[in-house]
Amino acid sequence: MMTDIDPTALSVFIFFLALVTVMGFVAARWRRPKTLAHIDEWGLGGRTFGTWITWFLVGGDFYTAYTVIAVPALVYTVGAYGFFALPYTIVVYPFVFMVMPLLWRRAKDHGYVTAGDIVHGQYGSRALELAVALTGVIATMPYIALQLVGMTAVFKALGLHGELPLAVAFIILALYTYSAGLRAPALIAFVKDIMIYIVVIAAIALIPAKLGGYANVFAAADADFKAKGAGSLLLGGNQYVAYATLALGSALAAFMYPHTLTGIFASNSGNTIRKNAVLLPAYTLLLGLLALLGYMGHAANLKLDSANDVVPALFQTLFSSWFAGFAFAAIAIGALVPAAVMSIGAANLFTRNFWKAYIDPQVSDAGEAKVAKMTSLVVKVGALLVIIFLPTQFALDLQLLGGIWILQTLPALVFGLYTKWFRAPALLAGWFVGFFGGTYLVWDAGWKPLHMVPLGETGFTVYTGLLALLANIVVAVIVNAVVPARAAARA
Amino acid sequence: MDRRFGTAACWLLVIPYIGLLWVPFYNCHDPVLLGFPFFYWYQLAWVPITAILTWIAYRSMRHDD
Repeated sequence: MMTDIDPTALSVFIFFLALVTVMGFVAARWRRPKTLAHIDEWGLGGRTFGTWITWFLVGGDFYTAYTVIAVPALVYTVGAYGFFALPYTIVVYPFVFMVMPLLWRRAKDHGYVTAGDIVHGQYGSRALELAVALTGVIATMPYIALQLVGMTAVFKALGLHGELPLAVAFIILALYTYSAGLRAPALIAFVKDIMIYIVVIAAIALIPAKLGGYANVFAAADADFKAKGAGSLLLGGNQYVAYATLALGSALAAFMYPHTLTGIFASNSGNTIRKNAVLLPAYTLLLGLLALLGYMGHAANLKLDSANDVVPALFQTLFSSWFAGFAFAAIAIGALVPAAVMSIGAANLFTRNFWKAYIDPQVSDAGEAKVAKMTSLVVKVGALLVIIFLPTQFALDLQLLGGIWILQTLPALVFGLYTKWFRAPALLAGWFVGFFGGTYLVWDAGWKPLHMVPLGETGFTVYTGLLALLANIVVAVIVNAVVPARAAARA
Repeated sequence: MDRRFGTAACWLLVIPYIGLLWVPFYNCHDPVLLGFPFFYWYQLAWVPITAILTWIAYRSMRHDD
């Protein structure tokens, strides 16, 4: 893959990055409230976002730059199995449709900003609140780091090596998020998504035309998989359960993350969220087609150092340099939007569920906003240091665990919307078993998210997150049934 | 609209889970459509289908918030 600097591509890239930087700072004036010195305004955009802004914001932080890079990379390497991202991002929306409006209503009525707030309000347990908040923060950090992995792939394709470009982009991001809060990524998401749509539509229309049609793309990938003896266009019989459980488990986990919840809480009504559950699958169509770029990589006979280079390399070889620059800018901005929302989500958790809970319970509204702003800076610098000083694989492994961890907060966060039966000690015991049990299983399998469940002669592989969730729920039910209510109230 | 009808329409949302999580049903190469093996176009087709089912559920619901 070429790594010389291409002046045209680089200029187009810098132009668009400069554009969103200006927008990021202007965002502080956009839909300006009386004051930004309130966590509802800084961290949730005043809870005023209607259908379209919510669509761009949630779409922008759910389908990230890392998705654009990693899903095609996985499909390029393993074939059909990597496609599980598609059913995952379809079955997530019926779940969002049914559950998220209720969660939004709860948050709105009581002024809750985070998952930790909801759990504390429901069960009155500081310990459970801490478990949920802590899980949120540590699951988000590696996710932010992965956005940097996405950006690094683009910088590498542009011929920009070393950590400096990454650090510059991130510091600018940190500054405008600090000043404008959630309004910055919400505004930039418009530009990001329009760019990504242009890029993907151009790619799926023009690349197959250059490579001899989709039939040829699939045939070329099939031939490569057979020659390599790894990967295939269809799933192996032993992959069925893994594929389905990965899709389901990821879908259940997706809207437990602080950044996706932030997008939900920032919308102006439950109805807005329901409408978005109807409209957001448009992104999924895009994702499915994007995944096929992995196969196009085979048809184009790319020689790659790393599978993560497949998308940048495709644009570099098949498009003129100005369009490659445009595509790279789209991906890089696609990293900035979710990274901003993630750092805001983590900052909100820290402010509400650590700072306010333990350090300064009397903190003023302006004080909360100030703590959240500072925390968002610290979180981003932390993610940057992780990427610069630790191997990428470490972030990948942590991200994998993050999905399993965040899924364990589902019972505490969601069950209370439907029943008052569960009590804090039971949910805490369930979380404990799910969190540490899940971590153990992943470690035991050599940092793989799949676990072999022996059944009869052979057994099958299941997504560890879902296994841990099952254990979590079983333990919660048993403890709740066994521990008498009054003993629990005293504890 | 009738509340019970709205609740019934929500059961439509179970369909995508069955259609997509029952993998053996669609893990095959034929029929091919526009060069896409069945495995791929079947799953892509569930995107608009799910959106339509969700829209039906949305339309049949009471919106009091």
